[in-house]
Amino acid sequence: MSARDRILAKLRAARPAEPNALPDLDAHYTPRVRGESKAERLARFRTGIESFHAEVHISSEADWPALLARLCADKKVATMLYGADTPAGRRLDQATFPATTLRPWAGQVEDLKADLFHRVDAGFTQTRGAIAETGTLMLWSSEAEPRTLSLVPPIHFALLDAATIQPTFFDVLRTENWAAGLPTNALLISGPSKTADIQQTLAYGAHGPKELVVIVINAEGDAQ
Amino acid sequence: MSHQPQQQSSGQPIAFVSAQALRARMHDAVNDPHLRQSFRGAMDFLMAKRAAQFPDQDELDSLRTLSEGIRQYSLSKLPELLEQLEANLTRNGVKVHWAETPDEANAIMLDIARRHSAKLIVKGKSMVSEEIEFNHAMEAAGVGALESDMGEYIVQLAGEKPSHIIMPAIHQTKQQIANLFAEKIPGVDYTDNVDALIRIGRNVLRDKFESADIGLSGVNFAVAETGTLCLVENEGNGRMCTTVPKVHIAITGIEKIVEKLEHVAPLYSILTRSATGQAVSTYFNMISGPRKAGDKDGPEEVHLVLLDNGRSQAYADEQLRKTLQCIRCGACMNHCPVYTRIGGHAYGTTYPGPIGKIVSPHMMGLEQTHLLPTASSLCGACGEVCPVKIPIPELLIRLRGEANSAPHANPAMVGQGAAYDPKISFVWRMWARLYGRPATYRAFSWLATRFRALTPRKQSGWTVARTPLQPAPRRLRDMLKDRR
Repeated sequence: MSARDRILAKLRAARPAEPNALPDLDAHYTPRVRGESKAERLARFRTGIESFHAEVHISSEADWPALLARLCADKKVATMLYGADTPAGRRLDQATFPATTLRPWAGQVEDLKADLFHRVDAGFTQTRGAIAETGTLMLWSSEAEPRTLSLVPPIHFALLDAATIQPTFFDVLRTENWAAGLPTNALLISGPSKTADIQQTLAYGAHGPKELVVIVINAEGDAQ
Repeated sequence: MSHQPQQQSSGQPIAFVSAQALRARMHDAVNDPHLRQSFRGAMDFLMAKRAAQFPDQDELDSLRTLSEGIRQYSLSKLPELLEQLEANLTRNGVKVHWAETPDEANAIMLDIARRHSAKLIVKGKSMVSEEIEFNHAMEAAGVGALESDMGEYIVQLAGEKPSHIIMPAIHQTKQQIANLFAEKIPGVDYTDNVDALIRIGRNVLRDKFESADIGLSGVNFAVAETGTLCLVENEGNGRMCTTVPKVHIAITGIEKIVEKLEHVAPLYSILTRSATGQAVSTYFNMISGPRKAGDKDGPEEVHLVLLDNGRSQAYADEQLRKTLQCIRCGACMNHCPVYTRIGGHAYGTTYPGPIGKIVSPHMMGLEQTHLLPTASSLCGACGEVCPVKIPIPELLIRLRGEANSAPHANPAMVGQGAAYDPKISFVWRMWARLYGRPATYRAFSWLATRFRALTPRKQSGWTVARTPLQPAPRRLRDMLKDRR
């Protein structure tokens, strides 16, 4: 008998005859629905993520690449890595980035590990959406935007469409039905990397990005 | 089998020894003003931060009830959920291993390390890896195991163990850490600037993430329906360990499972708010498999080790099963008057504080741990703040009973009766007989008031720190008679 079989046999012998009733999550969440407008959700998201030391800039569908270029210049980003094969990636044009070399991700991480760790100053990604309640970005890794893009470079620029901000994590899981198909890595990100492990003193830039910069587009109007 | 950490010791001594020495260590801790100041300050800070996260008592009550319900539901289906998790993880390309004991778990991971000729394993925070003395087992086999959570890194550098399950280096001051870094890390000068210290740790560990062969992590929630491993963290080291090295090994106890992905939402919310008083952690990392065809990064192999180590013993008893509801937030220790005064090391177990007192007896047996449940005033603070409503005080009383009752057949746990003393048992039996019969009780109380002068001045444990007890000159019943 294997360890697996022995453990399962012990548990089966002891398990209650009938499982408990399925917990009622709606009983907790439904009475707490806020019914906020898009602008209110954006405002709450912004307050949340700014309290975690992220920078938030409001821009527009037309202007965000220029704003990103300006932010890169301000932050002295010499090289920015990004996924070229995405709607946002296709909008980036080296000509608008006078101070920064744009480097599209190419190949496997092993091919660019040394550069990724030592020579890339910033990573740029799209986001799947955000959560108003906690000030949280949602990222799904993909072939075009690998996991390390938002992790290893010291600055992470994230593009967020205000229409994709949802009230709570629970709402996201329900309405987008994440259980039906998750990527190899789904991430919730609420601010730059931090630690309070030394005498409860908060310090940013523990192991991940030291700065998280969110560029919000489509903030106008009141689409759902 | 009970787990006996001291038997695994080889080479470097393990700080954690039998709980028999608990009294002496508690005495030392209580008399260490620096330690008491560190913990008092840190616990006050954490209690205030938690309280600030729950301004709405109704919301807290509702969320605790829901979280308790989800954990109890998951446990009520535990064997099925484990099989479902295994099937879905396997489908996602994750290799699942099962271990009954710490030795088995270490052997499984050492085998993986050997297959990859691994020299360095870089670790995200995992209390289960502490529970099985993973670092020690790897080092004994010539494989490096390096902690990368800042607190764990500090503790490892100092040759210590975590003193808190969430904030491992909470007992160290920044000056101590500054000295430690200057002494142990080549080319580092003394600085007690926290930002500078974190920068030093970051630089040392970045190179390790880049070069490590294997990344190890714990698991906060394993989701059965999707085959997903969820990790909660702030630093990004957990993401590094699970993303950069070619192999990722996750290890967790068999109880850390939920059925549905949506069950994670309330548990995650109440976890971070209860633990460190954060509305949310910086990262919530949901891993559903290794690098797939087309993916550009991520580990090529992902393993999950499911560890029993006494959990199935707790599971077998309806009351003790509640121990397994725990989501490891640490709120019980933050609010414990005993933990606050003695710190985490005095307990001598991987998990300190109230949760440690109820979970360690299952892992190590009552022989070694029977004193732990007595290190409590039963004030009830732990049960009151527990996000999943584990009735910790009730479980402490239950464990005291298990330890002190006469050994019997089919005990609920290993080491039942470990503290049984026939003499004490006799005294209590006599006491029960005396108090259970009105006639004998009346005769006894009459004699006690008449001969109160004969009461001994030394009353063993009671008079160590208190004035002796003496019967009153008159009995209550006599005084009441006068009033009528």
